[in-house]
Amino acid sequence: MQEPTDILQVDVWRGDTSGGRLVIYQVPQQLSQTILDVVTWIQREQDPQLAYRFSCRVGMCGSCAMMVNGIPRWTCRTHVQKVVQNNRLTIEPLRNLPVIKDLVCDMSEFFAKWKVAGGQFMPRKTRQDPVEPLLPDSPKRAAANAAVECINCAICYAACDVVTWNPGYLGPAALNRAWSLLNDERDSGQQARLRAIASDAGCHNCHSHANCTTYCPNELNPSASIAGLKRLAARAVFTGNL
Amino acid sequence: MHGFRIYLLQRISAMIMAPLVLLHLGVMIVVIQGGLDSAEILSRTRGSLFWGGTYGLFVLVVSVHAAIGIRVVMFEWMSFKGFKLNLVSWLVFAVLLMMGARAVYAVVA
Repeated sequence: MQEPTDILQVDVWRGDTSGGRLVIYQVPQQLSQTILDVVTWIQREQDPQLAYRFSCRVGMCGSCAMMVNGIPRWTCRTHVQKVVQNNRLTIEPLRNLPVIKDLVCDMSEFFAKWKVAGGQFMPRKTRQDPVEPLLPDSPKRAAANAAVECINCAICYAACDVVTWNPGYLGPAALNRAWSLLNDERDSGQQARLRAIASDAGCHNCHSHANCTTYCPNELNPSASIAGLKRLAARAVFTGNL
Repeated sequence: MHGFRIYLLQRISAMIMAPLVLLHLGVMIVVIQGGLDSAEILSRTRGSLFWGGTYGLFVLVVSVHAAIGIRVVMFEWMSFKGFKLNLVSWLVFAVLLMMGARAVYAVVA
């Protein structure tokens, strides 16, 4: 481990459901230090009561997302050097989600919207049926694949202004998932899913600001997925299927 | 906030509006370049089914489009909901339609 060369001034949001405030911590800077390293250092060395959430530390589980200098980021893969400004960092819980404590948000609403949007795979066949061949180059499979690598980190949800203004809106992650499944030829729940994404909380609420696409750490394009849903739902209305 | 059909209505009204805006701008440029005064313009528009229909349609789609747009703004930024939201949306539509219809009447009647 390299010796500390500098001290970071880190403002961390501390509080709970009744409110909170930013608390300043002094954290020694390290080589290749991530934001998650900073938060972990604070908890281990300065304040064991600091609550935050993480699991894999390698950008797979999607559990460590926080607001860093006002921008939603996956903290385990965000290097301090990339985001620090004048040796200062501000770390807050994700926007658009209720806080439980400190940097931990209640994700229930986020995942409930996945279900409402028809995010569950509904197989057409049973395990007794032969495995269905899928053509990887077919346009539908390509569209499904392009949207499928979501890790449920809720960064897109925190970045979305429409969710802020309209908390009932399903949000980019749930709609991106629905788009992936609507292009999955093995799925049998398409009609119900189509009704869900065209409901009052559905895809047409999106203003195409594309904050979701800008900040998605996996470089997915939920904005394009939602545009696809709008086209699909419009076609369904004109063909009498919605 | 609003159903998918209202969203579609706004998109369709925009699609109708776009060529009409271009037509209107084109007409304005031609009229000004041609040096027509208001009396000469009115002599061409009065009793014209084409100009009455064109601008009548324009006023209608503008009223629909703008009322839905303002409805969304009122919902998202001012938290208007339910009856209040519907009432203000219809009022915006009615006022725009009335003002536009009055202007079209003045040009073609």
